[in-house]
Amino acid sequence: MTPRRPRYGTHLFLSVMAVMWLIPMLWTLYTALRPKSATDRYGYWSLHGPFNLHNFTDAWTQAGLGRYFGNSALLAVPSVLLTLLLASMMAFAVSRFTWKFNVTLLVVFTAGNLLPPQVLAAPLFEMFKHTPLPYWISASGSLLDTYYAVIAVEVAFQTGFCTFVLSNYMKALPGELTEAALMDGAGVWRQYSRIIMPLTRPALAAIATLETIWLYNDFFWPLLFIHRGDELPVTIGVNNLQGQFLLNDNLIAAGATITVIPTLIIYLLLQRHFLSGLTLGATKG
Amino acid sequence: MTPTTVLPTVAAPEGVPVPRTRTRRVRRLSGRDRMVLGLMVGVPTLIQAVLIWIPALLSIGLSFTRWNGLALSDIKPAGLANYRFAVEDYPPFWPAIAHNLIWLGFLAVVATPLGLLLAVLLDQRIKGSRIYQSVFFTPVMLSLVLVGIIWQLVYARDEGLVNNLLGTAGKPGAVDWLGDPHVNLWAALVATAWRHAGYIMVLYLAGLKGVDPSLREAAAIDGAGPRQAFFRVVFPAMRPINIVIVVITVIEALRAFDIVYVINKGTNGLELLSVLVIQNLVGEGQVIGVGSALAVILLVVSLVPIVYYLVRTFRKADR
Repeated sequence: MTPRRPRYGTHLFLSVMAVMWLIPMLWTLYTALRPKSATDRYGYWSLHGPFNLHNFTDAWTQAGLGRYFGNSALLAVPSVLLTLLLASMMAFAVSRFTWKFNVTLLVVFTAGNLLPPQVLAAPLFEMFKHTPLPYWISASGSLLDTYYAVIAVEVAFQTGFCTFVLSNYMKALPGELTEAALMDGAGVWRQYSRIIMPLTRPALAAIATLETIWLYNDFFWPLLFIHRGDELPVTIGVNNLQGQFLLNDNLIAAGATITVIPTLIIYLLLQRHFLSGLTLGATKG
Repeated sequence: MTPTTVLPTVAAPEGVPVPRTRTRRVRRLSGRDRMVLGLMVGVPTLIQAVLIWIPALLSIGLSFTRWNGLALSDIKPAGLANYRFAVEDYPPFWPAIAHNLIWLGFLAVVATPLGLLLAVLLDQRIKGSRIYQSVFFTPVMLSLVLVGIIWQLVYARDEGLVNNLLGTAGKPGAVDWLGDPHVNLWAALVATAWRHAGYIMVLYLAGLKGVDPSLREAAAIDGAGPRQAFFRVVFPAMRPINIVIVVITVIEALRAFDIVYVINKGTNGLELLSVLVIQNLVGEGQVIGVGSALAVILLVVSLVPIVYYLVRTFRKADR
């Protein structure tokens, strides 16, 4: 064991870096806390008050952030649940049974997840545009401008990663578990839902946390498929604030800060799961 | 894009024996069980095929056609014309390639090594390690849109923090960090590194924690200093995660999109291949053929790190 000696150089380096890391966020928060009248008068680079939360309430009401939050939830929650369901079934099938193509399929799933999404943008956009839907389902008459389109693609994209991580986890569960169940006459579905899934809970919790934050933060797919203003998720809504409140950095900063709150709550509540999800695939899982 | 989110995925590290579970042969299952299993595999596979692999093939197909995106019967064969146009006559093409390469170079030389350095420093039992980790990790939780907005506030010409610190804000000589095509790529890269380094740090820290401590002790007993122990013992032992880091760095450079799109829709010095694909697909002058040709170029380049990674990962997992 190396003896502990003070490492002044390391601490100096780390604290300088940490301060540099925090400054952009603190600057945003500082800007958000100051009324526009104050910054117009004294400039953004000044210490003059007052400080209040008016920008936050204004951003909430004027920009309709509440609606965007609802939309983000409508996109992220079903996407995460469906991804977990599909990925866990696939992972169960490839990790607990031996059949001809199980490794091949796992490779294909993993590869698909690593493609740059822009590669698939044109065909998916056109496929959805040319899929007619009755107007009572979709105002555009096609799959465009519907959440089905975004959810379907998010699920397809995320299933690869989740399958890979879950299959590694399930592979490590002892084979005797399901052997015993088989002796008792339990079918495949029962083994999956009653034995393997409960034991996979830690991995599922980790992935669910991670995916929720990722999908909440996602920008590209909704940008491509959703164009109606009242259907946009938070990421796009907050990006549009820049055009909407052109010269009001204070309000933009406040709006941006608000959108971090759900992420922060999830992170603080489920920090353990989040970090293990991020590193689950990287270590032995 | 899922921060996008490239994913740390690797099989069990070398030296960690994966318990060989006795997986069951499908042949021994009853008909009903086989059907259930078929559905469990079939549904996700169908979704993957329809929404990922068939579109990827369609992208290749469309890149050899001319089409305005209206009726399917308007699709006309175009041979290699789209590729020729992209390479020879499309002004932003080569700048975009150059920017992607600079992006990769910057991540590989600055952002990723910085993340590794932070991880190695924080892996020592250092006071306040957790606090440092939280600080460096925070940007990873933010969407790239938010990263873009935050840095716009920092870089703004007259109101921004940087120019105020430099004392040039409001003066004629002030640099327009995101508006000046000579500097905006580097400004965007700093913002990207802010997030990327934290991501790499977390992944690498997890890897370092997984290294058997007895390896280090043995190195210390043999008289190796901390530096030597790291480069001769720990680093080689982390080979699987090193591969993940390399792959993530390359793929992130190819996937870069959100940040430049938020700053100025990827124009005026911030052109990237991924953005050009989108600019050709949506908006007024829809040129699906050209957009698809660009997408195929991006696809082919991306397959290099993807295949490298898959070969490395699955060859070992298989045996």
